[in-house]
Amino acid sequence: MTETPQIDPAPAPLAAATPDTAGDPVISARQVVRRYRRPRRSLTRPGPVVEALRGVDLDVAYGQRLGIVGESGSGKSTLIRLLAGLDRPTSGSIRFAGREITRLPDRSLRFLRRDLQMVFQDPMSSLDPRMTVGDIIREPLVALGHPDSRARVAELLDAVGLPAAAAHRYPHQFSGGQRQRISIARALSPRPRVLVADEPVSALDVSVRAQILNLLMDLVDEFSLTLVFVSHDLSVVRHVCDTVVVMRDGEIVERGTTAAVYERPTHPYTEALLAAAPTLRKALAAHAAARNRKEPQER
Amino acid sequence: MTHVPDTAVATGPVLTVDDLGVQVGPVNLVQGVGFTIGSGERLGLIGESGSGKSLTALALMGLLPEGLRASGSIRLRGVPDDLLGTGERRLAKVRGRTVSMVFQEPMTALNPVMRVGDQVAEVMLLHGTRNSRAEAAAAAVDLLDRVRLPDPRAMARAFPHQLSGGQRQRVMLAIALANDPALLICDEPTTALDVTVQAQMLDLIGELAAERNTALLFITHDLAVVATVCQRVLVMYGGRVVETGDVYDVFTTPRHRYTEGLIAASDLSVVDGRGRLRTIPGAVPNGGEFPDGCVFRTRCPAATTRCERTPEWSGPPGHGFACWHPVGEDR
Repeated sequence: MTETPQIDPAPAPLAAATPDTAGDPVISARQVVRRYRRPRRSLTRPGPVVEALRGVDLDVAYGQRLGIVGESGSGKSTLIRLLAGLDRPTSGSIRFAGREITRLPDRSLRFLRRDLQMVFQDPMSSLDPRMTVGDIIREPLVALGHPDSRARVAELLDAVGLPAAAAHRYPHQFSGGQRQRISIARALSPRPRVLVADEPVSALDVSVRAQILNLLMDLVDEFSLTLVFVSHDLSVVRHVCDTVVVMRDGEIVERGTTAAVYERPTHPYTEALLAAAPTLRKALAAHAAARNRKEPQER
Repeated sequence: MTHVPDTAVATGPVLTVDDLGVQVGPVNLVQGVGFTIGSGERLGLIGESGSGKSLTALALMGLLPEGLRASGSIRLRGVPDDLLGTGERRLAKVRGRTVSMVFQEPMTALNPVMRVGDQVAEVMLLHGTRNSRAEAAAAAVDLLDRVRLPDPRAMARAFPHQLSGGQRQRVMLAIALANDPALLICDEPTTALDVTVQAQMLDLIGELAAERNTALLFITHDLAVVATVCQRVLVMYGGRVVETGDVYDVFTTPRHRYTEGLIAASDLSVVDGRGRLRTIPGAVPNGGEFPDGCVFRTRCPAATTRCERTPEWSGPPGHGFACWHPVGEDR
């Protein structure tokens, strides 16, 4: 659902967060563990414990475009929920711009709500159907006490390629791709420094996917954003990210630059993932080979 | 270039669809769709949302939702009547026996309160392909083994919620293949699955179809999946077939502007000078809101006033395109 910043009764500080310290990562996670208890199955025994994350270390540098790939159950969604302060780890430390966020109460996380924003997979369920697009984009601004939200909404709609008139309409009046543009505009409204995108193009048609990926890349460049991009689609991550981590069973099994991981994977699981992903190139090569075998017989 | 001849020519195609249309009130959602599939042939149907690919599959199965009407003709080898216009009683005898379907979401397609072995056995008992419950139950275990579920005997006693997504989809495949259908329709069968599970599932569908010489109609929006599984491909947009041919020909030398755009937009390894992907401008219109004439003209870079008339089909039925300004012909 909508990631609404906590509304704090105190006047909003408009000062920027701590200035970028060259070299220091914007996000730094150490030995992060998250256990869930499943619902109990028997009257006498407690429910089984699931270890969703088993001691993850992760640094994200300013301006980095980090891809997180893994299959369902790998812990990638749990990890980004923790990074975004939507959930607390069982143990371990997560620092955002140098500040420990794991033990802060929600009301002290205003800086995180402003500096880190999320775009979710399904734009229909992450936009409130009863709010106008303008109100949706304005909501984070109002919550953070922004002075001139109206002008900012028009500016944001323009940045994501929607007409200014879209502000008065409702989410259901837009196509899937346009709704994802609205989600992106909302995420960018408080001028975040980090954008976390959770499978942002998985629900989109192929012809629209390319448009949204291009838009994300444009915005990341224009606003010097740090991008954390979660996807099960290896080719999308390869296109968007400069660094990639591969997760499996709550652990990071491989990490490195995108070029290195895709061209010379070292972990067998990464190799298996890359081999399993269907690509047009691989498939067409197989067709060409089959055709070459057939040709002589036909003549 | 010589086109690989259909192996089924001698015996006639398993499925012949001619001028299929689907209407809701005065609005045409699918128009003029025609194709054939021979025994053992694997035909892919690709298109984005709103292209009419799933409606085409539902029309073939006689499962269109209330309020939608189908027109044209659907002939299945071994069935004397046209499937369109055949009553539900006779259609029920064909469905699950001569033609069967695997759906995208295995959890909603399986009965949650029935053991999976019983669900596989049920389809055989309903069509009378096994004589007794015991025989059907034994056949169900065999089928679960054929779709490579581990420990099929125990699996037959499990309920759907105890299985993973990939396992459920294997059960669906076992049900679909239980009566050895002449035609298997798969509608996005791997979209909800993980990459490694998807790869196994695609291999399995291909192998099992080849084993029994089953004709396969494989519906997906994923070009790479179609190219992996199928020999021929049908590209749909706005409820019409815009191009068809051999997978290799269509994907390496597309003629329709939409096919060209779709291939370009899905190839994430080709970028422009700024590192941006090639795109098709605009969005897919809603069903019934596609333009007259060429359905793609509102998004087409090559469109002219000529495109206000519906393009004629160029080439033989199984290998051609419908475009006034095809790729490779200079305007």
